[in-house]
Amino acid sequence: MTSEQQQEAVHPQPPAQATERESVVRVRGLQMTYGQKEVLTGVDLDVHAGEVVCLLGPNGAGKTTTIEILEGFRLPSGGEVRVLGEVPAEAGDAWRARVGVVLQSWRDHARWTPRRLLTQLGGYFEPYSTTTHPRPYDVDWLLDTVGLVDNADRKIGTLSGGQRRRLDVAVGIIGRPELLFLDEPTAGFDPQARRDFHDLVHRLSDLEGTTILLTTHDLGEAERLADRILILTNGHIVADGSADELTREVAGTAEVRWSRAGERFVHATNEVTPFVRSLFEQYGDEVDDLEVRRASLEDTYIAMVQRFESGDRAATPTLTEVSG
Amino acid sequence: MNATRHAIGQGLRRGSTEFVLSLRSAQDQGFYIFMGLGTLAYLWFNRDNELEGTGLMVTTFALPSILGALLAFGVIIGPAYSLAMEREDGTLLRHKALPHGMQGYVTGQLLYHSLSLLPLLLVILVPSFLLFDDVMSNGLAGWATVAWVTVLGLLATLPLGMILGSVVPSVQKVGTWGMLPIIVLTAISGIFSPMQALWGWVQVVAQVFPTYWIGLGMRSAFLPDEAASVELGDSWRTGMTVLVLAAWAVFGLLVAPRVLRRMARRQSGSKVLEAREAALQWVR
Repeated sequence: MTSEQQQEAVHPQPPAQATERESVVRVRGLQMTYGQKEVLTGVDLDVHAGEVVCLLGPNGAGKTTTIEILEGFRLPSGGEVRVLGEVPAEAGDAWRARVGVVLQSWRDHARWTPRRLLTQLGGYFEPYSTTTHPRPYDVDWLLDTVGLVDNADRKIGTLSGGQRRRLDVAVGIIGRPELLFLDEPTAGFDPQARRDFHDLVHRLSDLEGTTILLTTHDLGEAERLADRILILTNGHIVADGSADELTREVAGTAEVRWSRAGERFVHATNEVTPFVRSLFEQYGDEVDDLEVRRASLEDTYIAMVQRFESGDRAATPTLTEVSG
Repeated sequence: MNATRHAIGQGLRRGSTEFVLSLRSAQDQGFYIFMGLGTLAYLWFNRDNELEGTGLMVTTFALPSILGALLAFGVIIGPAYSLAMEREDGTLLRHKALPHGMQGYVTGQLLYHSLSLLPLLLVILVPSFLLFDDVMSNGLAGWATVAWVTVLGLLATLPLGMILGSVVPSVQKVGTWGMLPIIVLTAISGIFSPMQALWGWVQVVAQVFPTYWIGLGMRSAFLPDEAASVELGDSWRTGMTVLVLAAWAVFGLLVAPRVLRRMARRQSGSKVLEAREAALQWVR
C-alpha cells in the first residue's frame, strides 16, 4: 500500500486525472472472444457520475457481455476496464457495496416474502453504511417505491411476472448503490409497470444522484430515460450521444407531407423550414394537411445498425466524434 | 474482518429462516413423514428377526445404522441439490452481487442443512422409542456419543455435498453424479446388516468413505458393548472413527472453499438465463 502511495508521489498523475475521476465507468479497447467468435472487438465507453446511459444494440451485439464485464461477473479477453476506479473482476467487497446489479431471477426464494428477502439481503450492506451515505435503504420505503407494498408479505413464488421484476429491481438497489447496472430491466413489464419503473429511475437519478447504465430494446424507453445513448453493434460502439444528437447525426431527414388540390405529396428533406416556406410561397393557402415528421430514434437506430451491419465502416470516425 | 463476521451473522439468519420456512412447507413435511414412515415400516416388519448368529435383533442393529446413513446421505445430497438448483435459479448470483455475499450464502447453507437433520432424526427416533425395546443401551454416555458422531459426521460430509453441488453441471445431473454413487456407497456400508457378508475389497472401499464410520459410531452409541463382536475387528474402533471422519473434514474444509470460489467465479446473469431456458426446454 505504502509503496503504491510513494510511487504516486514520485510520478504525479497528469492533470487529466481530474476529469477522469468523474468517469464512474471507463472502458478502453475492451475485447471479448468466445473461442473463435469475437463478440467485442474494441469497446470504448465512459459513464460519468450522475449520468443515465443507455446501451442499445441488436441481439447478440454484446450488450449483456459488456454489462457483465463491468459488473465483474465476467473476465474480458482484453482491454482496460475501470468501474468506480477499480478493475471489476479484481475489486473487493467494499466496491461490491457501492455497485447495484439488477438480475433477472425466475424461481429463487419462492418460499420467502419480498419483505423478508429484502431485509435479509439488505443486511449485508450495513457494515458499509456511513453518516453521509446510509445503507441499506429502509425496506418499507423501498417496497413502497417499487410498488410492492400490497404484496410485501406474500410468498415470492406466488408473485406475477411483473411483481417479480419489481422485486428484482428492489433487490438491485437495496444497498443504495452509487452505480446501478440494469440489463433489460423492463422486459415483461406491462405499460403501467414500465411507467412506474421510469419514474423510479428518474427518482434514483435526480434525488439520489445514482449513476445508471442500462440496456434495453425499447427505444422509447431509451429516449425517455437516457442522458446519453450508446449503440453497440458488430462488437464496438458506433454511436454515442443524446437522442437528439443521434437523430440529427444519422437519419438527418424529415418527411414533409401535404396535399394540394386533392393530391397527396411526400418530400424528404434535411432543411424543413426553408422547404416549407418555399412551399407556402409557391402555393399559399392551397397547401393542406401539412405534416412534418422528424426521424425518430427508431429510424436512426435502424439506419445505424443497418449501415454497420452491412460493413460500412467508413462512417465510424464521424459518428464516434459525437462522444468528444 | 468485521464485515466478514457480519456476513456470517447474516448467513446464520438466512439458514434459520430457510429452516423455519422449510418446516412450514407442506412439501418438506411430506418428505419427513415419508422418511419416518419408511424407516419405521422397515424396522417394524423386522422386529422379531434376529441377525444371523449374533443374538442381536435386526431392529437394534439397523436403527442406529440407518440414522448414520441418513445423516451422511442427507447432508451430501441436500447441499448438492440446493447448490445446483440455486446456481441455476439465481440465488447464488444474488449473493455474488452482495459484499461478502458468498460467505453468508455458504454459512446459510451449512446451517440450514445441519438443522434439517433434526426433524429427520426426530421422526425416526421418537416413534422408535415408543415401538421398540432396548433402543438405547448406554444411557447418557450413549447420547454424548450420538452428539459427537453427529457433529464430526456433519463436518466430514457437509463439505462433500457443497463440492458435489459445485461441480455438477446441472440439477438433473445431481441424480447420476450424486444420488447413484451415494446410494451404492450406503448399500455397501453395512447399514442393514454387518458388512462382513460382502467381499473383502468392497469392505475396503466402504471403509474409505465416511458413511460406514458414521454408522459404526452410531451403533457404538446405541448398542451394548457386547455387540461390538459383530463388527470388523470385534471392536467399535472409536479412535479410527475419529481419525477417518476428521480426515474427511480436513479434506472437505480445504477443498470446498476452493471449489466454491471457482464455481462462483463462473456465475453470471447469462448463465442463469441459459439454465432457465434449458429448464423450460426440459419441461416441454
